[in-house]
Amino acid sequence: MTNGRTSNQALPLPAWGIRLESRKVDSETGAIKKMPPPGELIVALKQNIGVPAETIVQPGERVLKGQPIAIASRWGLSVAVHAPTSGAVMAIEERPIPVAGGGTGESVIIEPDGKEERYAGYVAQMNSKRLPPPQIRNEIMEAGIVGMGGALFPTATKLNPGSGIQALILNGVECEPYISADNALLTERSDQVLRGAAIMLAALDCDECLVAVKADMAEAQAAVQAAIDALGDDRISLVVVPAFYPAGGERQLIELITGKEVQAGGLPWDVGVVCQNVGTAAAVAKFFDEGEPLISRIVTVTGDGVGTAANIEVMIGTPIVDLVEFAGGYTDDAAGLVMGGPMMGFSLPHDQLPVTKATNCILVAGQAELDPSVREMPCIRCGECARVCPAALMPQQLLALARGPDYEALESQGLQDCIQCGCCDYVCPSYIPLTSRFIEAKQGLWENHLVSQRSALALRRFDARGERLERRESDRSDELQRQVDEIGPAGEIDADALRQLKQRVKSKKPGDKT
Amino acid sequence: MKFASNAAPHWLGAESVAVLMRQVLYALVPALIVLVWFFGAGIILNILVAAVVALGSEALVLRIRKRPVGLFISDYSALVTAVLLAMSLPPLTPWWITATGTVFAIVFAKHLYGGLGYNVFNPAMVGYAVLLVSFPEDMAAWPLPRNITPDQQTLSLFTVLQYWATGSVPADVTVDALSAATPLNSVKGQLGMMRTMPEIVGDPLFGNLAGHGWEWINAATALGGGWLLYRRIIRWQIPTAMLAGLLAPALVFYIVDPATHPSPAFHLLSGGTMLGIFFIATDPVSAAASNRGRLIYGLGIGIITYVIRNWGAYPDGIAFAVLLMNLAVPVIDRYTRPRIYGHGA
Amino acid sequence: MVAGLLVMAFLSGLLGIVLVISARRLPADTMTVVDQVNGVLPHTQCGRCGYSGCRPYATAIAAGEADINQCPPGGDEVIVALSQLLGRPAKALDESFGLAGPPIVAVVDEDICIGCARCLDACPVDAILGAAKFTHTVIANECTGCELCIPACPVDCITVTENTSQLDARAAH
Repeated sequence: MTNGRTSNQALPLPAWGIRLESRKVDSETGAIKKMPPPGELIVALKQNIGVPAETIVQPGERVLKGQPIAIASRWGLSVAVHAPTSGAVMAIEERPIPVAGGGTGESVIIEPDGKEERYAGYVAQMNSKRLPPPQIRNEIMEAGIVGMGGALFPTATKLNPGSGIQALILNGVECEPYISADNALLTERSDQVLRGAAIMLAALDCDECLVAVKADMAEAQAAVQAAIDALGDDRISLVVVPAFYPAGGERQLIELITGKEVQAGGLPWDVGVVCQNVGTAAAVAKFFDEGEPLISRIVTVTGDGVGTAANIEVMIGTPIVDLVEFAGGYTDDAAGLVMGGPMMGFSLPHDQLPVTKATNCILVAGQAELDPSVREMPCIRCGECARVCPAALMPQQLLALARGPDYEALESQGLQDCIQCGCCDYVCPSYIPLTSRFIEAKQGLWENHLVSQRSALALRRFDARGERLERRESDRSDELQRQVDEIGPAGEIDADALRQLKQRVKSKKPGDKT
Repeated sequence: MKFASNAAPHWLGAESVAVLMRQVLYALVPALIVLVWFFGAGIILNILVAAVVALGSEALVLRIRKRPVGLFISDYSALVTAVLLAMSLPPLTPWWITATGTVFAIVFAKHLYGGLGYNVFNPAMVGYAVLLVSFPEDMAAWPLPRNITPDQQTLSLFTVLQYWATGSVPADVTVDALSAATPLNSVKGQLGMMRTMPEIVGDPLFGNLAGHGWEWINAATALGGGWLLYRRIIRWQIPTAMLAGLLAPALVFYIVDPATHPSPAFHLLSGGTMLGIFFIATDPVSAAASNRGRLIYGLGIGIITYVIRNWGAYPDGIAFAVLLMNLAVPVIDRYTRPRIYGHGA
Repeated sequence: MVAGLLVMAFLSGLLGIVLVISARRLPADTMTVVDQVNGVLPHTQCGRCGYSGCRPYATAIAAGEADINQCPPGGDEVIVALSQLLGRPAKALDESFGLAGPPIVAVVDEDICIGCARCLDACPVDAILGAAKFTHTVIANECTGCELCIPACPVDCITVTENTSQLDARAAH
C-alpha cells in the first residue's frame, strides 16, 4: 500500500481540518533541558487507560530509581508504575490528578534523596530485536510503557494485533499549536526513536515503518532522515504530513497516509496498521538499551505566562508548580493553565498537580493567548463546521438534535464518531461551544443506553423466570405422573385415592422442599 | 496558584456573524453605485425606508420575544435583509410598499419562525414575493436607464421624492418616463405577441448582451459576489450550481430555437440573476446544509428561475425559485448527508 | 361534467389499488400498542403502579385504564416517552405511587440472614442467590431495585442502596 513511496513525498491535503498558527518557535530553539528531582514526587497509580496499578511498596520504604512501586492489576488493562528516582515513600494516598473534569487518584508520594541510585532489576539487552515477540511485549508491559501522545493506551497491548500488519506508523505529527515535545525529541534523539521502531517492528513481525512528521517541522524531518541514512535500515522511511489540524489524530493520520478508513468500532490493525507515538518508541528503546523503565518524559512548558518556554525532560510525578518554577516561573501575564494544546487540552484549576505519562505540554497562557468565552449566537447553518470536521459529521445538525435531545437520531448521525478535536468550535461564526455540547450529549447518550440496557436485562430475567416457573410446574406434573405410574396401572387404584394424592402435591407451597 | 477553568478548545478562529454580515453589505456597494447611476437616487430611498423599518420591527419583535435586543440588532442580519429587499425593488417605489415588504420579511418570515438562524424561507424573498403579488404594477414599474432617456438623465430628485411620498405622478412628468418595461418584461411581453428575439433586441432598451444598464448592474453585483467568494464568506457550491442550472437550459433552448429564446448571456445579465446567485441563494440559514445538498439546491434555483422566466407568469423568477427550493431543503438535507468517517467504504 | 366524474373515478380507483398493494407488500407494523408501551417501561417489575408487573401496567395503559404517570422507577423519562408514543399529554409523576429516585439495588445483610429462602420467590427477576439454610445474596447487576423482597424477609435483613454498577450493565449488553 505504501510501497514505492519515496521519503519526503508530500501527501495530498486533507478535505477536512484547519490550518493553525504553530507557535512552536519558543521551545524549539533550546535543547531539551533536564530537570533535577523536585522536593516531592506524586506518582499516580492510574497512568493508563483501564485499571490503576496495584502498589507493592509501603510508606516508609526506600525505593530506587526505576524500581517497580506498583504492578499491573489483574482486573483489566493495566501497566506497572516505577519510582522515578531514589528516595523514601512518604505516603500512599488520594491526590488531585490532572484529568479532564478534575479528580483524584491514589498516588505514591516519594521524597527524593538526590542520590539517583539505580534499581538493579532491569539491565540493558543488546539482542532486543531478536527476542521473541511475546517476550518483547511482556518487557514493554513490565516497563510501564503507554501511548505517550496522551492516549495512555498500554503499548504492549497495541503491539499484539496478530498477523497481517503491513505498516507501523510512528506518529510525530504533533498538530496542536505550542506542543513541541515530539519535535524536540525527533530533532535531538531520532536515533533512539528509530531503535525503538526496530524493536516494535520485531514485536509486530512487520517490515515497514513510516515516521510521520508535520510539513512545518523541517529540523525534525532532517534529523529523522539523517538517522534513517545512518541506520541504513530500508524498512524505515520518513513521511511528511500536511500542516493541518488534526492530522495527528490516529485515524486521520492513517487516512492521510494510507487512504484507508478505520471503521467505526474498529481498530487501526483492521486496516493493517499500528500507530505509535514517537515518544513511545523512544521509551521502548530506552528500556531495552539502558534498562530504564518509563519514569520520565519530555514536557513542553510554554506560553506567555511562563518565564522561558522550553522542552523539559521531567520525572513522572513532578508537581507542575515545580516544573513551571524550573522554566523560569510565572510571568505577571499568566492567566490560564492548560494541559495539552489549545484545541484539545483541558484547563487545570491549579498547579498542585503532578506530571503524568500523558503530560505532553503545560501551556501557561497569557491574557491574550486564549480566547475568552464570547456571547453565543444562534447557528446560521453556514456549514463551516461540516467542512472542517475530520469525521465528516454535520455538527450543525447534531447541535439541533442535542437540544432535544433526540438520542436515536444523534446516534445515527454519528455523535459517537466525534473525536472532540474542536475544529467546529474554531470556525463557528456564532461562537457556539459545539464540542462541549457533544461531550455532554455523549454522556447523556451513554446514560440512556445504560437505562435501556438495564431495562432489557430485567425483562430478559423476568421472562426467564416465567419460563422457569412454568418448567417447574410441568416437571411437577411429570413427577406426579411418574409416581402414579409407579404405584400401578390406573385401573388398580381407586379414583378417590388418586385425587387425594394430587391434592396433597398441589397444596405444597412452591419453594418448599419436596 | 489557581486558574480559571474553560472548556476546550481554547482558541477560536472565526469572524463573528456580525462581521460576516457587514462584509455582505460592503460587497453590495458596487452594485448599488451602478444602480444609482442608471436609475437614480430612488434606490437609496428604498434602502433607507427598508433599513429603518427592518431595525425598528426587529427591535420591537425582539422586545416582545424577550430576547437581548442590542445583541441581535448588532448582528447586521436585519440590515442585510433590508438592503437585499430594497435593491430588488424598482427605484420608484412608494415608501409604504417598501415598508410593507420589510415588515413581512422581518416579522413574518424571520421572527415568527424563531429569528436568526431558524427561518425556513429567505426573508428578503418572502418580502419581495408578498409585494410582487400584492402590488404587481408598482413592482414592474422601472424607469428607463439613464443612457436611453431623452435627456440622458435620471429622474430629478424632486420627482422621485414626490412619487416616493405620495405614489402619484407629478403633473410635469409623463407616465412613460416613470415606468418603462424592464428588458425581461419586454422580452416576455413581445414574445407573447409573436415577435422574434432578433426583432425584440433591436429595441433601444437593449444593449449588446442584455438590457441597457442591467448588463452593468449584474456585472457589478458579480464583482461584489466574487469578493465574497474570495473572502470565503460564501462558498462556491451554490453560485456555481445556480449558474449551471440557469445556463444549461438557456443554452439548449437558445441553440434549438434562437428566435423565441433569449441568449444565455441575456439570462445571465438580466434582472436579479447575479444578486440571486451571489447574495440571495447563498443565504446559509435557508439553504441546504451539506456541500452536495448545496449543489442540488443551487441547481434547482437555477432551473426553476429559467422555467419561470420562460413559461411562467412573471418576467423574473428568482424569488419564487428560491422560496420553492427553501421548501425542498429538509428533503435535500436528509438525502445528501455526507458519509460519516468509518461507516461503510 | 361527465369527464370530471370519469377522471375522479379513475383517480380514486387507481389510488385505491395503490393503497391495497402497499398494504399488502409493505412490511406490517406488527408491534401492538401493548408491546410498544411495554418496551418503554423500565421492567423493574416492582408493581408500584398498582399492577402486578410491567406488562399488566402496559396493557392497562393501552386500554386507557391507567394513566401514564404511575411508574416511579421510570421517572420523567418514561412519562415523556409514553406521552410521545401515545400522544397523551405529559404530566408530573403521580407521587401517590411512589417517588422517583436514582436506580437502587437490594443488599442482604449476610450477618442477619437466616437462609429462609422466602425472598428468592419474591424476586421477579431471580436476582437473589441462595438456598434454604444458606446465606442469600443479591446479584447487584441484575437487581432492578423493585423492593419486593423487603417485605418477604422475616428478619428485615434486606436494605436498598444506590446502584452504581455501570460497567457491568454495559457488559450485559
